[in-house]
Amino acid sequence: MKILVCISKSPDTTSKIAFTDGNAKFDENGVQYIVNPYDEWYALVRGLELKEANGGSVSIITVGRAADDAVIRKALAIGADEAIRIDADPTDAYFVAMQISEYAKSNGFDLVLTGKETINYNGSQVAGMIAEGMDLPFISLASKLDINGTTATLETEIVGGVQVVEAELPIVVSCAKGMAEQRIPNMRGIMAARTKPLNVIPAAEVDTLTSFESYSLPDAKSECKMIDPENMDELVELLHNEAKVI
Amino acid sequence: MSTLVYINSNNGLAKSALEAVTYGKKLGDDVTVVTCGSADASKLSQLGEYGASKVMVDRSVTANDAQQISNLVKTAADSVGATTIVFSHDLIAKAVAPRLSVRLKAGLVSGAIAVPEGNTVKVNVFSGKAFGNVKISGDKKIISLLPNSIQPEAGGSDCGVEEFNGNAGQPKIKVLETKKPEGEIPLPEAELVVSAGRGLKGPENWGMIEDLAASLGAATACSRPVADIGWRPHHEHVGQTGVAIRPNLYIAAGISGAIQHLAGVNGSKVIVVINTDAEAPFFKAADYGVIGDAFEVIPRLNEAVKKLKASN
Ligand SMILES: Cc1cc2nc3c(=O)[nH]c(=O)nc-3n(C[C@H](O)[C@H](O)[C@H](O)COP(=O)(O)OP(=O)(O)OC[C@H]3O[C@@H](n4cnc5c(N)ncnc54)[C@H](O)[C@@H]3O)c2cc1C
Ligand SMILES: Nc1ncnc2c1ncn2[C@@H]1O[C@H](COP(=O)(O)O)[C@@H](O)[C@H]1O
Repeated sequence: MKILVCISKSPDTTSKIAFTDGNAKFDENGVQYIVNPYDEWYALVRGLELKEANGGSVSIITVGRAADDAVIRKALAIGADEAIRIDADPTDAYFVAMQISEYAKSNGFDLVLTGKETINYNGSQVAGMIAEGMDLPFISLASKLDINGTTATLETEIVGGVQVVEAELPIVVSCAKGMAEQRIPNMRGIMAARTKPLNVIPAAEVDTLTSFESYSLPDAKSECKMIDPENMDELVELLHNEAKVI
Repeated sequence: MSTLVYINSNNGLAKSALEAVTYGKKLGDDVTVVTCGSADASKLSQLGEYGASKVMVDRSVTANDAQQISNLVKTAADSVGATTIVFSHDLIAKAVAPRLSVRLKAGLVSGAIAVPEGNTVKVNVFSGKAFGNVKISGDKKIISLLPNSIQPEAGGSDCGVEEFNGNAGQPKIKVLETKKPEGEIPLPEAELVVSAGRGLKGPENWGMIEDLAASLGAATACSRPVADIGWRPHHEHVGQTGVAIRPNLYIAAGISGAIQHLAGVNGSKVIVVINTDAEAPFFKAADYGVIGDAFEVIPRLNEAVKKLKASN
């Protein structure tokens, strides 16, 4: 079974969020990049587990620049066999997805896995766009994925519950919590990652459909009003008459 | 120019659906609603009050298969010549809108929190820690609206409901089983949420949280470690790696307020924090704070809520 896992980078969750160039650009100063948690913990680890159970290979793919190679090596250290980097700035979800689907279409994967969303732009767009680009079924927000021969069984979120579904490979799946347990790379993995293939390929000619024009930060929260723990009537009164939420 | 709004009508007209239609109306063009499933035509015609001039419904499709829904929305969009398609940013939109974006080559903005200014739409970025303004470059747009970002506005009158064939094709995904906890308010739609963390010490202590939630008519939520240890079901986990919510009121008891937790709740209108530790970081994000033991404060709060409800 050939598995492709889409990896993006995201700022470490504790990064300070600030903007430069008149609020037009994210300020990368001092920001540590990590593998987007959904991609690493859920998509990649489940891909590796399926390979371990059924044989085959796990390739990771990212649309990004050479600066992202450190993040790619980390994903290789966790256990992927090879990496592909499409050499371009990931300008918008459409651009990224069309690059990946072009590559995936010509390389015959049985399974394309992504994370649920990137934690910086929170778009949840790329996976569905890849599926449309490849004309494949798409199962979004899966919390379980098992493969039996060429049939996949998945558990996926629906409004207010979960659904168990079945689909024939090849498919595209976006992975959410529950899919797998985080794996910490060990020394051997880190050493091996240094020599695993990282193929850099040029980007295809693709338009972008959207662009981030500017950013802003939320207004600072007004001072928190402290309430006497003995006096919950006061809290209820405030929630009712001042905040008007109950 | 015309706007098409897809809504999920299987469980009646959810507030998020009314928000999406209201949003469509605010864009200024004629609004058609497209839906599928078995909802009563008399119910669907009420969407006219929120600004729809017509509802198109395909009875042959259930709201499960993203490819089928993509097909039927595409058919409806072609038939009314839609230049903008609006979704509520729910699980179905997350699967359908990206497919349509590629098929129609229409710029997609997901999780919009305001009405566009020109071609620019405001969204949350960095897990709610900042806002971004996204510009759509082409003349076709798809916008999915984050629930609870605008209020439904009624005012018009009922509209016509038309059955149509959306050429949805055969489902490629087979549904084997649906598991839905009965009677619970789905967390992303809840306007009031009572949440608790590791400070509650064990699953046996959640009774008081459920009681308070019942008095308020609220949904319950929890921090990640609580779901990870199995004290509470996974679908209650809010935060960066769980569900992101933006209720009107979020009450957090025994939760420290780690940044990854805040990422999922900082869109809440009002936050109440109950914690024994005056230094807990959550107080910095709170509107109202109670420094105290949840085991005493929560039952007391519940009594006060019941008193208010009884007097109204
Ligand atoms: C990449 C990443 C992603 C993460 N994603 C999430 C996420 O999505 N959601 C999430 O919640 N966490 C997430 N976490 C974990 C997060 O960092 C915190 O560890 C977690 O939120 C802490 O949970 P807690 O507040 O329940 O527990 P604790 O941090 O243990 O806090 C318990 C709190 O209860 C208080 N307390 C104790 N006794 C009482 C009492 N009797 N009455 C009142 N208060 C009391 C304490 O003072 C303390 O503040 C993530 C972490 C990482 C690294
Ligand atoms: N630049 C990228 N390169 C490769 N995969 C990506 C990239 N951006 C996003 N993805 C994948 O698409 C998923 C959803 O991203 P998004 O649509 O931005 O929320 C991520 O979890 C990744 O798996």
